[in-house]
Amino acid sequence: MTDKLHFGQHISHQFNAELEEVRSKVLYMGGVVEEQLANALRVLVFDELELARDVIDADAIVNSLEVEIDEECTRIVARRQPAATDLRLVMTVSKTITELERIGDEAKRVARMSRKDMDGALEDEMRASLELMGDLVRDMLRQVLDAFARTDVDTAVLVVKADHKVDKKYKKLVKQLIRQMSRHPDSVPAMMNIMWAVRSLERLGDRCQNIAEHIIYMVLGTDVRHIKLDDVLAEIEAQSEQEPE
Amino acid sequence: MTQQNNLPIETVTGEQTSQEVAVTVTDLDLYYGETRALREINLNIPSNRVTAFIGPSGCGKSTLLRCFNRLNDLIESCRIEGEILLNGRDIYANNVEVAELRREVGIVFQKPNPFPKSIYENVAYGLRIQGVNRRRQLDETVEWALKAAALWEEVKDRLNDSAFGLSGGQQQRLVIARAIAVQPKFILLDEPCSALDPISTLKVEELISKLKSQYTIIMVTHNMQQAARVSDYTAFMHMGELIEFGATDQIFTNPRLKKTEDYITGRYG
Repeated sequence: MTDKLHFGQHISHQFNAELEEVRSKVLYMGGVVEEQLANALRVLVFDELELARDVIDADAIVNSLEVEIDEECTRIVARRQPAATDLRLVMTVSKTITELERIGDEAKRVARMSRKDMDGALEDEMRASLELMGDLVRDMLRQVLDAFARTDVDTAVLVVKADHKVDKKYKKLVKQLIRQMSRHPDSVPAMMNIMWAVRSLERLGDRCQNIAEHIIYMVLGTDVRHIKLDDVLAEIEAQSEQEPE
Repeated sequence: MTQQNNLPIETVTGEQTSQEVAVTVTDLDLYYGETRALREINLNIPSNRVTAFIGPSGCGKSTLLRCFNRLNDLIESCRIEGEILLNGRDIYANNVEVAELRREVGIVFQKPNPFPKSIYENVAYGLRIQGVNRRRQLDETVEWALKAAALWEEVKDRLNDSAFGLSGGQQQRLVIARAIAVQPKFILLDEPCSALDPISTLKVEELISKLKSQYTIIMVTHNMQQAARVSDYTAFMHMGELIEFGATDQIFTNPRLKKTEDYITGRYG
């Protein structure tokens, strides 16, 4: 974990430790969710059904981490009255863990959907498309956690950009699924499940994008939510020109 | 360094275009003998808002505050260069009546300093000096000022008791009542709450927010949370220089300069 925003330079060492603790817990939670997603994708793409249980079980860990980190944020606000980057860190953590928890939920959904009625229903082409989309989303999650750890705007921007790719892939997959269903009506129940799983993956990408936007806010103090990517980039450029140091 | 000197002015003009300017400080330097206590201060303070000066001890914030009613004149070795305009008027011009200026610019200090008189006479004091002696007018103004200072309900039945019988928080609000009784345009507050308990502090802060619709309020505070709570604009000073000036919301969520950030977040500078 790098410290570009100088979280470890408070006069109060205790405060340094509290912020450090909360940051590493977010990364730990991120790690658990990453594994959930990886396992869910193996269930979906490679029919490794026995992993579905692991994905579902990990949910309890993720949930309790969310509550624990949230309590810590509340405590820091109450006792330290953080300002500036410290305040933005706490706000970002509080929002990020909500997103991470939802990412875990989506991963669970992917695992659940893909173990139903699937016996050999997937054709190779579909499998390859799913794998590709899965990789995209996994990369987004890995990158966004990396951006959080390194408080790195550039990586966060990459994640925001990547979401467009996921959206494209999603649309393509939906078309593929519809084609499959109209050609083989008996595959509809299985394809509907895949459809739900794919939908979850697409949402998961959105959540990674949300976290990336929170990170940009944390580092630059600029809120880039709900604006177009080009405007985000322009905003960041304007911000970095203003930075005197 | 030059960038830091320019920034406050940019910030002001950039973000306050809609707000009327009450105080304009231009290239202000202040010396105590050979010591340069304020360096090239450039600042526009908006009217009818609360502006807080924050910064470490000895950064010059109280010195700057005391320039606005020429309280530094009382210090023999003190010398000022540059210009301060209050509502467009140069207060260091030769033709300025300092007593008149101080009627327009009330000041409240860290320790409540009521006069050894009754509550009533404390508030009436400034008016009597101005030659107001009509009982009815005095009564009305005293009541109005005590109400404005949110003290009336607590003291209305004992107006003739000594002001020293009041609690610290009440005394501070009495001093504020005394300051506003003469209807100033500006109120300067020099760490007005540092000797008060938290509840009295909140009452005074509440009063400050209430008063800003009618007065331009400038306060010095060591308590950053207080600056965050009550002020609309914050100026951060360090070693006699104005480092950053901006809307309080911006200063406390996203200061532009690292020095400001380090100070308000309690980091090593």
